[in-house]
Amino acid sequence: MRSVACGMLAASALCAQQSALDPGGRNAQAIHSLLVAFFGLLTTIFVIVIIMAAVPLFRRHRGIEQEPLERTHQPGEATEKRLGLVVGIATAITVLILIALVVVSVSVGKASQGPSRPGKRMTVEVTGNQWWWYVRYYNDQASRIVVDANEIHVPVGEQVMIRGTSNDVIHSFWVPGLQGKRDLIPSRVNTEWLEADRPGYFRGQCAEFCGLQHAHMAMWLVAHSPADFQAWMDNQLKPAVAPSNSDEQRGQQVFLDSACAICHTIRGTRAAGQVGPDLTHFASRLTIAAGTLPNNKGNLGGWIADPQNIKPGTHMATVPVKAEDVQPLLDYLESLK
Amino acid sequence: MSLPLTADRQVTHEAPERDLLKRVWTNAGWFSVTTHQRLGKRYIITAFIFLLLGGIEALLMRLQLGAPENTLLGPARYNQIFTLHGTTMMFLFAVPMMEGMGVYLVPLLLGTRNVAFPRLNAFGYWMFLGGGLLLYGAALTNTIPDAGWFAYPPLSGPQFSPGKGVDVWAQMITFTEISALCVAVELAVTILRMRAPGMTLNKIPMYCWAMLVQSFMIIFAMPAVMVASTVFLLNDRTIGTHFVNPAEGGDPLLYQHVFWFFGHPEVYIIFIPALGMVTAIIEANARRSVFGYPAMVLALVGNGFVAFGLWVHHMFATGLPQIGEAYFTAASMMIAITSGVQIFCWIGTLWTGRLRLTTALHFVFGFIFIFVMGGMTGVILASIPLDLQAHDTFFVVAHFHYVLIGGALFPLFGGFHHWFPKFTGRMIDERLGKLSFWMLFIGFNLTFFPLHLVGLNGMPRRVYTYPVSLGWGPYNQLATFGAFIIAFGGVVFIANVMRSRKLGAAADANPWDAGTLEWATTSPPPNYNFECLPVVAARQPLWTDSPEQGSVVGLRDDRREVLVTSFLEAKPQSRYVIPGETIWPFITAVGFSIGLYYSVFSFAGYYVASVLGMIGLIGWFWPRRPLELRP
Repeated sequence: MRSVACGMLAASALCAQQSALDPGGRNAQAIHSLLVAFFGLLTTIFVIVIIMAAVPLFRRHRGIEQEPLERTHQPGEATEKRLGLVVGIATAITVLILIALVVVSVSVGKASQGPSRPGKRMTVEVTGNQWWWYVRYYNDQASRIVVDANEIHVPVGEQVMIRGTSNDVIHSFWVPGLQGKRDLIPSRVNTEWLEADRPGYFRGQCAEFCGLQHAHMAMWLVAHSPADFQAWMDNQLKPAVAPSNSDEQRGQQVFLDSACAICHTIRGTRAAGQVGPDLTHFASRLTIAAGTLPNNKGNLGGWIADPQNIKPGTHMATVPVKAEDVQPLLDYLESLK
Repeated sequence: MSLPLTADRQVTHEAPERDLLKRVWTNAGWFSVTTHQRLGKRYIITAFIFLLLGGIEALLMRLQLGAPENTLLGPARYNQIFTLHGTTMMFLFAVPMMEGMGVYLVPLLLGTRNVAFPRLNAFGYWMFLGGGLLLYGAALTNTIPDAGWFAYPPLSGPQFSPGKGVDVWAQMITFTEISALCVAVELAVTILRMRAPGMTLNKIPMYCWAMLVQSFMIIFAMPAVMVASTVFLLNDRTIGTHFVNPAEGGDPLLYQHVFWFFGHPEVYIIFIPALGMVTAIIEANARRSVFGYPAMVLALVGNGFVAFGLWVHHMFATGLPQIGEAYFTAASMMIAITSGVQIFCWIGTLWTGRLRLTTALHFVFGFIFIFVMGGMTGVILASIPLDLQAHDTFFVVAHFHYVLIGGALFPLFGGFHHWFPKFTGRMIDERLGKLSFWMLFIGFNLTFFPLHLVGLNGMPRRVYTYPVSLGWGPYNQLATFGAFIIAFGGVVFIANVMRSRKLGAAADANPWDAGTLEWATTSPPPNYNFECLPVVAARQPLWTDSPEQGSVVGLRDDRREVLVTSFLEAKPQSRYVIPGETIWPFITAVGFSIGLYYSVFSFAGYYVASVLGMIGLIGWFWPRRPLELRP
């Protein structure tokens, strides 16, 4: 039932890792290099400290049962002095290393957080909701603003500013393959910059505990070549396709006459609900229920029939649909490319 | 070789005087106890029960996460359990356990008869118990908080967390913070004013320094959580203030700032006493005073100060200005300096001493390994760009379990083995002790090391399930396996304690041949701790042959009298009659508890608490002569 998007998507190579260790853009790459440097240095220090701590174990020591040879073993002043020197040097080295780490980390922080160079930029507004992502592609021309959900499409090589906020509780936007996380806080707007340097699929997931279905609040960030991105954008700008056969027509009627239209928008029809994700190009999406299930008719049927079973606690209402209306409804929704 | 404070040099009492002392310090009854040893033991045992409950919750979580798409626990139950786990471990186990060890040990290490405010001590224990009963009583009626141990609004606010779970959580904090403040105040005063004559500031045992630093940290940190949980959250929930409600102009980040201003020092409140225990164990088993005493003390105090300056590293992802973030990076890394100094000094002590490999010392070596690794990942988390990737993932879960289990629990177990003869008068079995150490050590690393990796591979915290395809399954499986090894290690430990308590070899006053004052009296010590209060002239009075050491004479034995000494030099200043056994702290705590329980449901509960609490306080402070016995 709750088989997950990626399981089936793996075959189509959609299953890029959601990993900070597999960076797909310059911001994440800078962080990754810093991590490797920190890891190398800190591992070395750790090993040295542990060896130093373990040495006394291999020098003469007494088993617990043995009689003590002498009551105490307070070393002489010369030993203490030498020891003081060693500890002083070790502390000084620690201080120097830490200063270096602060400097490096602040400078990498600056480089990885801001837009790092001139060039094309775009802005995507992301709004967290329990438990899905509202996505809006900003444009100076109001007619070219696109609204989408649970997926972010970006062109390769373009610096993208994510402007994030939340409608309810605090969420955190995180696509580890491209950038660190940024909290989405109601009544505040946070920004972060990211950039993909290769086409591909990057999974992201909410990283701030946001209630019952925090675990099922994922998204896909899809990086296209500039031409593919333009094609995708042009398609998104169009209103929903009209039903092409009688089944789809019937499905549209079912959608519009039922409670579905209260929450969802399908541009080009009178469905204009603002509560749930925009479904104008629903069939073009990879997943349903914010990364919970791969988008296909079977899963969609299950999701509509009993959302609470698939994602307990979801705010998606269970809308009664007559048995004979189910297939047309699915046909219609899956036609909304 | 004669040692001044062992029996041969101590002034001892004649039989009638000793009998008088015994009668004056007799415990009056279960609910009236005010002696520090009894209360300390109660703290330790109660907190240990909460450790077991928190541990069971941890196992349930590990079982759920052991396989992808597991359905053992649903999302609602899972969220409740991780909230209970964090809350229990932080507020009902770690802090009270450290307090309990302090309540038991500090007067003994200082050479006095009780803590400065024995009734406050009793009141603190009963409030702690009241808080624990509130949380788990509510759990039995399925009113379980589910917004995390940090309860960030707006998720914890009235709109997104209806029901009473979060109210229970917030009011439970009130109980435990009152309790912690009681202990902090009484230990700070005890350490500053009731030391054995001659125990100048630079002769205080390191463990008492640690408790002193911890006490001051509690005094500054706990009021902050009171502001967050009670003033902001509870008032928003019960009387409709909008301190942290963004919909009405409140600011959820304000809550985070205030909460972490408490929450970060909280971690140090837990592990600083443990650092003191490490020093005590090393000194006794490396057979020398710790190397670099002044540096160690300054590092402890430095830890205490710096701890209040780095709360923002819990909030790097909230979008604060970069310049401020750089400051908090530097502050966070400074902790590595003060901790580093202590680690170096301990290693120096181990190098130049002669080791006796007791179970306690095993735990110290385990501590060094785990804690240093936790320190290393802490440096990673102090760096903003790295933190933005690792924050709120299992990397952080791994990090703070390394720091808290390694930094606090291992020394605590070590300390428990070390002081077990003093607590019970019997030796603890070393073979079983070492077995439990190895199980805990191996189990711990198996559980938490893989979590670093799975965190960097993208697994966020607080998810009740995860898809197969992301490849997180094997790491989690290993962690779950390790968790059960930890659990078996715990079982071995409990069995060892149970067995040794009854069957262990009898312990004499100083089985480890250690140097500090708690070992100068019988195991277990009498209620009055020392027949005659000791006078000391060195950091390790039992290892020091000095004519200046000896016993205090002139205190009355027919009432509960202790010596007050000066703050810096520990010069005798006055005699102080401390209160005896009384039931009023218990009655006061019951009164407050009834009112505060009721306040979960209605604001009127606060009035009830005031009235009932006031009745208790009137009885408590009713003027009466101190108990005096005739010889």
